[in-house]
Amino acid sequence: MEMENNIIARSNRYNDNNNFQLSVICDADTLRTLIRKKIVRVVDVRKVQEYEREHIPTAVSLPLAQLLAKNTPSEIVECLESLGISDKMPVVVYDDTFGALAARVAWTFQYVGHDNTALLEMTFSQWKNSGLEIEKKINVFQKAQHSLNVNQGIHADASYVEIAKERPNKILIDSRERLNFLTEHIPGAKNIPYTMIGLANGSILRDSKEIKRLINNRGISTDSEVITYCGSAGTLSGLTYFALKLAGIKNVKLYSRSFKEWKALGKPKEEFKDANYWDLSAE
Amino acid sequence: MKKSSIHASSKQSNVSSQKSTHKWGREEETEIFAQKVKLFRQGKLSEDDFRRFRLQHGAYGSRLHMNYSMVRIKIPSGEIMPEQLDKIASLSEAFSIGSAHVSTRQNIQLHWVQLEDVSEVMRGLVEVGLTTREACGNTVRNVMCSHLAGICPDEVFDATPYAKAIAQFFIRNPMCQNLPRKFKINFACCHKHGLVRIADIGLVPSIKDGMKGFKVYLGGGLGAASFIGHLLEDFTPENKLLSTSMATIRLFDRHGNRENMARNRMRYLVHEMGWDKFQRMVLKERSIVEMTTAESTARLFDIKPAKEEDDRQLPKKAHRMIKVPILSERVNMESPAYERWLHTNVIAQKQDGYFTIFVTLEAGDITANQLRLLAGIIRDFSAEGTARNTPHQNFAIRYVKANDLPEFYSKLASIGLANSGALTIASAVGCSGTTSCNLAITNSHRLAKEVQRKLLELGIDTDDSLRDSTIKISGCPNSCGQHEIATIGFFGGASRIGSAMAPTYTMLFGGSAGEHGELGRTIMRVPAKRVIDTIRKIIEIYKQEKRGSETLSQWINMITKGEGIGSIKDIENIKAILTPVTQLPSIDQDPELYTDYGTDTKFSAKTARGECAA
Repeated sequence: MEMENNIIARSNRYNDNNNFQLSVICDADTLRTLIRKKIVRVVDVRKVQEYEREHIPTAVSLPLAQLLAKNTPSEIVECLESLGISDKMPVVVYDDTFGALAARVAWTFQYVGHDNTALLEMTFSQWKNSGLEIEKKINVFQKAQHSLNVNQGIHADASYVEIAKERPNKILIDSRERLNFLTEHIPGAKNIPYTMIGLANGSILRDSKEIKRLINNRGISTDSEVITYCGSAGTLSGLTYFALKLAGIKNVKLYSRSFKEWKALGKPKEEFKDANYWDLSAE
Repeated sequence: MKKSSIHASSKQSNVSSQKSTHKWGREEETEIFAQKVKLFRQGKLSEDDFRRFRLQHGAYGSRLHMNYSMVRIKIPSGEIMPEQLDKIASLSEAFSIGSAHVSTRQNIQLHWVQLEDVSEVMRGLVEVGLTTREACGNTVRNVMCSHLAGICPDEVFDATPYAKAIAQFFIRNPMCQNLPRKFKINFACCHKHGLVRIADIGLVPSIKDGMKGFKVYLGGGLGAASFIGHLLEDFTPENKLLSTSMATIRLFDRHGNRENMARNRMRYLVHEMGWDKFQRMVLKERSIVEMTTAESTARLFDIKPAKEEDDRQLPKKAHRMIKVPILSERVNMESPAYERWLHTNVIAQKQDGYFTIFVTLEAGDITANQLRLLAGIIRDFSAEGTARNTPHQNFAIRYVKANDLPEFYSKLASIGLANSGALTIASAVGCSGTTSCNLAITNSHRLAKEVQRKLLELGIDTDDSLRDSTIKISGCPNSCGQHEIATIGFFGGASRIGSAMAPTYTMLFGGSAGEHGELGRTIMRVPAKRVIDTIRKIIEIYKQEKRGSETLSQWINMITKGEGIGSIKDIENIKAILTPVTQLPSIDQDPELYTDYGTDTKFSAKTARGECAA
């Protein structure tokens, strides 16, 4: 118990309402302490059946599909309220899909104004395989009050992207795998596949020092404005969103409707011609 | 989206030793590379200077898109550790296309890596002792060694330690940082295996009066013009291995053509000068090297560490638990898949009771997940704990016990790597072609995959009379697919009928590897989409013509020499009979023949500057 208090004390991260202030990523030790102190809401975004089988103690269930079905920011705020999440409460999100689904949910919370949201550093399987606590109990919390405060600063839509792609100080990042990127992408986009910043050993993201170096190699400064997108729902690019935040880039936006919408709108695309790169894949 | 998988846990039960390998890579080189990329992007480094630097460090430009690189990882003597395979798997996922590619010179290549990420790939490689240094450019390239060295029943001693020592001596050596052109050194195990006649220096282990040494062949090589190497002398004792190699490289450095990129490999120098003169010069230069080389320099050539590494008490024989009769028995299409695989992918080693397993890849491609599983299999089943990659673009896993073969097979099957045919005609070789190479005209890579799939589907691999034949395909005349040493070889080109261009291959017959290797003879052109039909037709004719136990390669050799004894006597006869299959009609009659594999769009022969030379 003493050690746990130390972790909290050392971090000295309490916000104005005396709530613990999370950073981009929440490590397992911190989460365990917050759970024991009952001052965190843990959100499990896997399928309901998976949640019902077992989950991290005190976690509530919010499958990604359920969240994506909500059309307006106020519906999402209602969802936060029903999970018993109040304005400044720390929220930690996890999945079992290398962090991409959790990232999309966490970004959405931040978008409607719940800034104090972090990704758990690992997936549920990694948590469980490390021998950490799990439970089966279905958790329900009393409905909370949450204000709506949309953060447009972290969101990009198609018309924003269309203008941004012409601006040298705005960098468009495609998070899909290399072969998909080569086949077609938004003109001017750079490719940072999610596999480059994620899929690390034992955690969902590489450590911040490494991501910083990768970004630096690419000539992307932390002062740049970066917009991330992926194939359809903004999951892979959601993970990239958090990776870039972790690397210290302040102005990151997610084009949440991503390339699927871009194509549906008939916007221009770019491709790598004259090479049969797909034939190199052994898949 | 996909999940990464964690490889099977290692049971370690069979592993008798873990090697400590030489550290080929250097971390500072990765940082320098990252810096140079930045300088280049800022316009502070000229394109030519940067290209030279980039190639020296193993990053080759990708087809018509120079912001992407093919990163060539050197695997000296083809020997690779499980943790190195694991690392290559992660690097291919993070920075490449999620698959890696085994080349015909025992390199492993990662394609379509963004130039800015190359230093990160290099950094990962350094962690497991690998390097890309001098994998491209005008340098001594990856030193090859027969994948059977150490286990070949016909070898007189294991050449592996010598190959590694030569590679160590020349890498980063000032004497070969700026040669007129690339320089290739290949070691064999015996007279049958290995690519010794198509290298700048080819070496076959040999023993004379109880003394170890080599038969040294100089000036061979494949390309737009190919030559077979010449034997320097009857016997070169091992204590002259270094001086002979140094003398050859020094002569090439001094006299090689630095003007004409198309003719600056050493084989042209030998050809233009004449072998007799070149031979005399090498022997003279060798005396000079011997007299002038400082002892401290000569000491840098040391086979002892590699030898000690190799003397790691490898078992001389294994207790034979079960019989493996199937290796020598016939199989057919109806045979159980496991028996067919045993027959076409497994050979007995000279160490009694041990077997070498060949893992069939398609044109050398393997996914990250397959690499991880393969690493686990090597840890579990190979008593030497390593693998070798082969010039036939497969992996060889050696020192496997007979009673482990069934489990080995089922593990391979669980990851889609249990295809049969690795040691047969079905295992077609294909360079990267238009999938990534600037020089390629055709998609040789996909064609090799299509040939292999079709031949396996037809059960051609079960036919022992075809077993010693090979099919090798290059996407241009430059021979990375080694088409000149195939029984049936192909190199890509384009043919025009009217205003329409069709992808076509020039077919060659009768090439072979080994110490008595010969170059194939040009037969005729074949439309890309008719190559498979042509191969099938050749096999059909052979079946009608063969006498007794004559194999396909023997039959083809007789025809190529004009010594056929059936109704097909010579090249003209075979051309006449194949013409109905190989002719190219107009685009209106058969538009399909005017497209290449892997694309629906109209074929056009696009190429850009080659990067083989810096």
